[in-house]
Formats: sequence, C-alpha cells, structure tokens
Amino acid sequence: MSYDFGPILLTFRLASATTAILLILGIPLASWLAFTRFKLKAVIETVVSMPLVLPPTVIGFYLLLVLGHNGPVGRLAEQLLDLKLVFSFAGLVVASVLYSLPFMVHPLQAGFQGIPYSLVEASYVLGKSRIHTLFRVLLPNMIPAILTGIVLSFAHTIGEFGVVLMIGGSIPGETRVASIAIYDEVQALNYGEANFHALVLFAVTFAILLMVYFVNKKLLKPLKE
Amino acid sequence: MMIAFLLFCGTVCAGEKLTIAAASDLQFVMKEVVSLYRQRSETDIQVVYGSSGNLFSQIKAGAPYDLFFSADSAYPKLLKKEGMTADSPKPYATGRIVLWSRKDSGISVKKGMKVLLDPKVKKIAIANPRHAPYGKRARESLKYYGLWEKIQGKIVLGENISQTAQFVHTGNAQVGIIALSLALAPEMKKEGAYLLIPARSHKPQEQSFVILKGVKTEEAYRFAEFTKSKEARRLFKIYGLSLPAKEKDLSR
Repeated sequence: MSYDFGPILLTFRLASATTAILLILGIPLASWLAFTRFKLKAVIETVVSMPLVLPPTVIGFYLLLVLGHNGPVGRLAEQLLDLKLVFSFAGLVVASVLYSLPFMVHPLQAGFQGIPYSLVEASYVLGKSRIHTLFRVLLPNMIPAILTGIVLSFAHTIGEFGVVLMIGGSIPGETRVASIAIYDEVQALNYGEANFHALVLFAVTFAILLMVYFVNKKLLKPLKE
Repeated sequence: MMIAFLLFCGTVCAGEKLTIAAASDLQFVMKEVVSLYRQRSETDIQVVYGSSGNLFSQIKAGAPYDLFFSADSAYPKLLKKEGMTADSPKPYATGRIVLWSRKDSGISVKKGMKVLLDPKVKKIAIANPRHAPYGKRARESLKYYGLWEKIQGKIVLGENISQTAQFVHTGNAQVGIIALSLALAPEMKKEGAYLLIPARSHKPQEQSFVILKGVKTEEAYRFAEFTKSKEARRLFKIYGLSLPAKEKDLSR
C-alpha cells in the first residue's frame, strides 16, 4: 500500500505560512501590549486570548460568514485580489493566523516584559531609534520566547481540525490537511491510511513539544543564573 | 516572497483538475468510476465526500466544486433555482436503504426491522436526517414501521452515511441503517450482513447530479457524459445504484 504524503505536506505548508505571518504580526502586537499604558489594554488582551477557549466551530462559523463570498472580507478579497477565502488554502491561512494568535503573542509578550526596562532606556539615551532598539536590544534578549512562539504556533496549526472542517471542505492539495484526512479515511474505512497520517502527526507533535521543553531549559538556564 | 509562494502555490501550481463533490454513499463506486475515467483522460479528478446537505451549503458558500453528485434530487434542484448550476440536474440512480450489522454481533438483521427492538441492540446508527438524505429515508422507514418513537433512546447520528456505516462497521453501534451502495462495498460485505428495507416504507430517493457554474464546465460535461456510459453504468449497478425507470425520457 502506498501512502499519500499530500495531506501531511499540506499541513506543514499551512503551519509554515501561518507561523511566518504570525511572527510578523506578533512582534509589533506583543511589544505594544507589553509596553502600552492604554486603558483598554485588557480588552485587546482578551480578544487575543479568545481562540484559546472558544470552540473552533464558533470561530469557523463566523469566519464562514465573514470570509464567504457574501461576507464583507470575502467579497473584498474576491474583488481586489481575486482571492477566495473559503474552501481555499489562502482561507485556511487566514483562519489559522486567527486561531493560533495567542500561541504566538503570549510567549512574545512575556518575552518583552521579561527584559529590564532600563536596557530600553539605555538604548534610547544613547540615541538609538525604536526600530534599532527592537532589533538590536529587545529581540536578541528574548530568543527563547521567540522560539517558543514559533514552535507553539506551528504545533497548534498542525493540530487544527474544527476550523478547517468548517471552512475547508477537504479538497485534496488545497484544504485536505492531515487532521481532516484522518477523519475522511476513517469514514472510508481506510484504517491503514488513517493510521499512517495519525502516526506521523503523533511523532511530529511529540518531537516539537520535546524541542520546546529542551529549548526552554537549555536557553533559559544561563539567563537565570 | 516565501509567504506569498506558500500562500498561492496551492491554487496556481497545480495543473488541470476537476473537483467533484459527491454524497458519501458514492464513496466506493465513485473511486472505481474515476479510476476508469483516468484511463482515458489526462484530467486529474479529485472527489470530496460528505453528506449532501453539507456539500450543498459548502457550494452555496462558494466552494470550488465542478460537479455535485447528490444523494437526492432536492439539493441539486435548489442550486439550480439559485442560479449556481450550468445545467439542469440529471438523475443517476435510485438510492435504497438497508439494515446492516456485523456478522460477529450476534444479531441477525435477516429477522427484519423488529430486530431493532432486541435488547441486545444497544445503539442504532442512522445518518443525520437534517442534512443527509439517507438519514431522512431511515427516519421515514422507522416511522412507517412504528419504531421511531420506541427506539429514540438507542439512536446515534452519523454526520453522513459513510460515518454511519463506520459506526456499525466498528461494532460501536450494533445495527445501522445505511445505503445499499455502501453495504455492497467489499470492506462492508466482508464483515457484515444486510437486509434490504422495502422501498414502500419510505419516499423514493431519486439521486441527481448537476454541473456547477465555473471555469472548467467543458471538462465537467465530459465527465458527466462518461457517467452515463455503459462501463460506468455497470459499476453503479454493481453497487446497487440502478437508474430510475424513467431514465429514457430524460436522455432524450
């Protein structure tokens, strides 16, 4: 029996794209949350954390309404970019970015908050710009936090199921990620194929989480001492 | 750059392909029809299975399917009404339901519908009647035999007919009401026995397919034509999906 690697590769492509976008969005958002004195900060933090507790079907349902071709965002994307956001890979990326947002922002925010503010002040006093301070002072001092954010977002996207089920439609090569393929194969009574995908995900998830614990121990130690 | 590539490769990098949305009762027969079609065409065909109702709502929400093989005729007709089809729905089969159980379950479905009242039957699997046509037929039939109220506590709902089949195939439900086309699949035949439920106990289930509006309409017509060919019809028949009697009127 030959196994289909398509869904696994698609899962990794989705997780990579999602993580890359989350990193770009997460850094400014997390640094703002870490340093702002904005009164409604708690509201923004709550919104960022919502995907942690909301059932994926709730997110999927609203995304279907918003991203669908009658929804405001869906229509705009179709008209301006000729991009379909439901039942397409691009749609899954948008959904995953939302769904994994807290897994990137939380570690980053903790990373920013863990840096003594005097370092930032010293940089400003020496006449360095905010961008320079971010890239030369802040980020290099929070590498474990960045790695944790990357790894957790990646792993969480791999584990996505409910949202993809609602807005994906299980199209091979497009939205049929590994978790969905397992569901489909079980229904088709192909337990062998389902087992193959499940085992790969099991192994990959284990390896990823092991790496998180390893990285945290190894890199945080010298900082703590 | 990298992200843009990752984002758009999925839609752009792939070659010519046809995506078919098919009701779950076609899970096994469609695989064979498609592999037969592949022998004569370069087109890559992908089939996505689900309950007809779920596929219908996906299509309405803009899912990029080229053809829709529904397990009834109502959903394709609705799509036509909404102006989402390139063509009128065409009947391709009449669906039948069966009572199914595992050989090793100690329950003999040959005894007929009354077996459902057997205390050894703890769970009865049917497809969700809200969006799965085979579930609707199962409910009608159970009502016809006056069993619907009596077995309420035992019913488990599959999301579509092949999940329903999986519930009984794994033995987690002792008896299931599933599509004949699934009962005739080798995987199911090997493990269980079935009893055809008389057609008079439920509404006739005419099944239609329809070509959806899209860019690959011509290729879709070619595949649609192929499903009417003798070889394709033979496959449908093996899986208990015979054409409605009035077929001749429609092919005119």
